[in-house]
Amino acid sequence: MWDYSEKVLDLFYHPKNQGPMDPTPEPGIRVVTGDVGSITCGDALRLYLKVEEATERILAASFQTFGCTSAIASSSALTELITGLTLDQALKITNRDIADYLGGLPPAKMHCSVMGQEALEAAIYRYRGIPLPVHTDDDSALICSCFGISESKIRRLVRENHLTTVEEVTAYSKAGGGCGSCLADIEDLIATVLAEGGSERPSVAEPRDPVQVKTSAPLTTLQKIAHIQTVLEQQVRPLLIADGGDVELYDVDGDQVWLRLKGACTSCASSQDTLKLAIETRLREQVWPQLTVHAV
Amino acid sequence: MPSVIYLDNNATTAVDPLVLEAMLPYLKEFYGNPSSMHSFGGQVGKALSQAREQVAALLGCEPSEILFTSCGSEGNNTAIRAALAAQPEKRHIITTQVEHASVLNPCKHLEKQGYHVTYLSVDEQGCLDLLELEAALTGDTALVTLMAANNETGVLFPIEQVGSLAHDYGAIVHVDAVQAVGKIPLDLHQLPVDLLTLSGHKLHAPKGIGALYVRRGFRFRPLLIGGHQEKGRRAGTENVPGIVALGKAAELAQTYLGDPHEQQLRDALEIGLLQRIPDTQVNGHLLHRLPNTTNLGFKFVEGEAILFWLNKYGICASSGSACTSGSLEPSHVLRAMHLPYTVLHGSIRFSLSRFTQAAEVERVLEVLPGIISHLRAISPFSHEEEDWLQQQERELVLR
Repeated sequence: MWDYSEKVLDLFYHPKNQGPMDPTPEPGIRVVTGDVGSITCGDALRLYLKVEEATERILAASFQTFGCTSAIASSSALTELITGLTLDQALKITNRDIADYLGGLPPAKMHCSVMGQEALEAAIYRYRGIPLPVHTDDDSALICSCFGISESKIRRLVRENHLTTVEEVTAYSKAGGGCGSCLADIEDLIATVLAEGGSERPSVAEPRDPVQVKTSAPLTTLQKIAHIQTVLEQQVRPLLIADGGDVELYDVDGDQVWLRLKGACTSCASSQDTLKLAIETRLREQVWPQLTVHAV
Repeated sequence: MPSVIYLDNNATTAVDPLVLEAMLPYLKEFYGNPSSMHSFGGQVGKALSQAREQVAALLGCEPSEILFTSCGSEGNNTAIRAALAAQPEKRHIITTQVEHASVLNPCKHLEKQGYHVTYLSVDEQGCLDLLELEAALTGDTALVTLMAANNETGVLFPIEQVGSLAHDYGAIVHVDAVQAVGKIPLDLHQLPVDLLTLSGHKLHAPKGIGALYVRRGFRFRPLLIGGHQEKGRRAGTENVPGIVALGKAAELAQTYLGDPHEQQLRDALEIGLLQRIPDTQVNGHLLHRLPNTTNLGFKFVEGEAILFWLNKYGICASSGSACTSGSLEPSHVLRAMHLPYTVLHGSIRFSLSRFTQAAEVERVLEVLPGIISHLRAISPFSHEEEDWLQQQERELVLR
């Protein structure tokens, strides 16, 4: 049996804002819907927004959901989160905000919160009369044909939720959860995204304190060590520790930086390479661009 | 949680109090090892013999044909390996698409080792096509392995016809009877079956004990190699309390065979729900079915949500929906039956036992209609959209 939080069960048994919205227009007010999912996938959400045209403020939101306990609770949570926001403010809501509002979701159920975020975007884009952004389009290559998940959707989830494993991508998007034939593609895609710039900290986390480096003046070794330590402490180690791994600075010599990967990070060679690249990208951006990372 | 209404007996069953009573002495005072050369152990050996007779009596076979195992999965794995070892020159296996994972996954594993496996399809009612079986059988077929009764739908396979056909082609016949034993009569004196698996916890014995029937004269090769226990066919010190419990459970099951109690309550539950809840269907053949099982599809709602509501009322059932399993795909059994997705995700299995009470069935009839209509009010799908949904599905199939 799934281990749901009290909040999930409460919103499942007593959902707020359920049911369709009366589409009869009042002056200055528009009702729009956003749809995501299908009955074949096993879950679907139709979100209704009542928007005051003058202010673009969401006066009310309601939902209809076909899905499991956490899908219904996520939908209800979404309507509570966005009521009273302007559309611009609502667009900043991420799936993580929904999951946090629910006191967390089981990892395998994160896709329920993603569905909420997508329905919200679909409704707002429909209100504004613009086509859906590319990550819900199928413009980019389809990675998972069982659940119809595109490359751009996976890229976005990896970036926004700092995902590092195929299991996480499956939990957030369902991609790979069917026949499993795309699992290797997903693994490659994660490696590519990480190498391109690493996964970002989610917007809800406390603002990062970037290490400002003046590249004009060469850094002393001590300064380098201090800067690298700060980046590792603030941005890298929390993510690794959450996944059962860790990293420590081993040595710095000129542009060469040696790191020691620990715990879960050491278990497979490919994750080691991926991690090395991700950390290197981050350190190059924030400390000095010529450095090279080695694993010891 | 209020007192439990347990309608998930195909998952596991309560240990019968008489079974518990029978096994307890073997956890307390009679703890000897049956292999020991002293009468303290010897006493225990007699208990094993008695249990073997009790299980054999339920199946209509000889006690020497019963081999005790730890579970149904062990029985299935052992049987498949033994059948292939007995005919090492043959490389073809026939099974069905709706088997338990402990048959399907060993078969998939064997495919990687060079075996060719045919997975027979089922129709919309979950039944086999014997012509398809006959077409698949060749002189190279080493094994036909299939279940007697399906765990999800309760649908029965025609073991007798399958066995005869398979024997005509010289194939070994293994039957996974984990769900059937104790629920329907099986007479192995009559059935053309070489190997048959059963599991204790499905018939009111505890978990961790099972048995494998091995027809006399079968060239058996053990999976577990070690000591001489079970005449060298399964090494490992015997689970004496479990075996005694299984014996007692088998004896009790025999006395209840033919008792219409379970089927009457199952039918009352099924008919009652069909009458009270629109857009509901029975998944599986209405007649060729276990007397204790009903699998119902409630359209436009999702199974896990139904289970969580039932759970709130203390009612235990299970679902073939994707969300309840670890995977993201709905039940392979219901999908093999090509049921529409409207039904698939909203499927609920109720499985009864001899301990099920009429009042418990009444309680389900009281609360479930309200649960379904509540969830349907939340769902964006409804009866009016069904044509559109089926259209959507057809397009998916075409893709």
